Amino acid sequence: MNLRRDVFQAIADPTRRAILLLLASQAITAGAIASNFDTARPTVSKHLQILTECELLKQEQNGREIYYHLNAKKMKEVANFIEPFRKMWDDRFNKLETVMKNYKQKK
Amino acid sequence: MELKTKIKAEDGKQELVITREFDLPVELLFKAHTEPELIEQWMSNPYATSKMLKFEGKKHGSYQQQSTDANGKVVFSANGAFHEFIANKKITRTFEMENAPLGVQLELLGFEKLTDNKSKLTTHVIYESSAIRDQVLKSPFAPGLSMAHDRMQDIMNKLK
Repeated sequence: MNLRRDVFQAIADPTRRAILLLLASQAITAGAIASNFDTARPTVSKHLQILTECELLKQEQNGREIYYHLNAKKMKEVANFIEPFRKMWDDRFNKLETVMKNYKQKK
Repeated sequence: MELKTKIKAEDGKQELVITREFDLPVELLFKAHTEPELIEQWMSNPYATSKMLKFEGKKHGSYQQQSTDANGKVVFSANGAFHEFIANKKITRTFEMENAPLGVQLELLGFEKLTDNKSKLTTHVIYESSAIRDQVLKSPFAPGLSMAHDRMQDIMNKLK
């Protein structure tokens, strides 16, 4: 479990995805995050630790409380990794369209 | 420029859905998948020329494709079998890249008429595992990206 620390490992777990969704709109304390789940508190803490190590979450000290908030820049990595693959298919399909338009004209 | 191709890849799943609308009648979109000479044309790119070594576009048929670089060196080869081949509607096939540890994938291609001159292709791809899916997404192994192409070349060179 401690082998890989990247965004892809972070989002592979349903609880961690739920935490990310929870933090999408606001910064929340660890206690408030835990209260949203039936899971034991240490388990939620472990998830928060992994998300922090993956740099998807940032911690901010506010008085006695630690608030967690999303690191939007890192979240973007998840969206970006699919782009070269999408580009490859888009190029291919553009070509298909051109080839078939020429084919139609030749007929 | 916005890409017309959409890809839906949900977290933790071993599948993905590629959709694209074409400015073509559905008959021509389907034809582009049934004539080897046409497939070769749209699968080729500046880095690699695609060739269908074998193509039996029918139920129980199979196919074998290969891409070569400008020097004629093989940079990509794949094969698969057709399970369904329904004109203007659906193609179900398997796809396996040779010399790549990515397993076999199941591809369901749905052809849909939108108007007389517009159509939509929905490709549902199912991989052996979500890890393999993510590996495929992260490193587009197919020719089309010069970077991936170079990487593949290195791998092929090592195999020689």
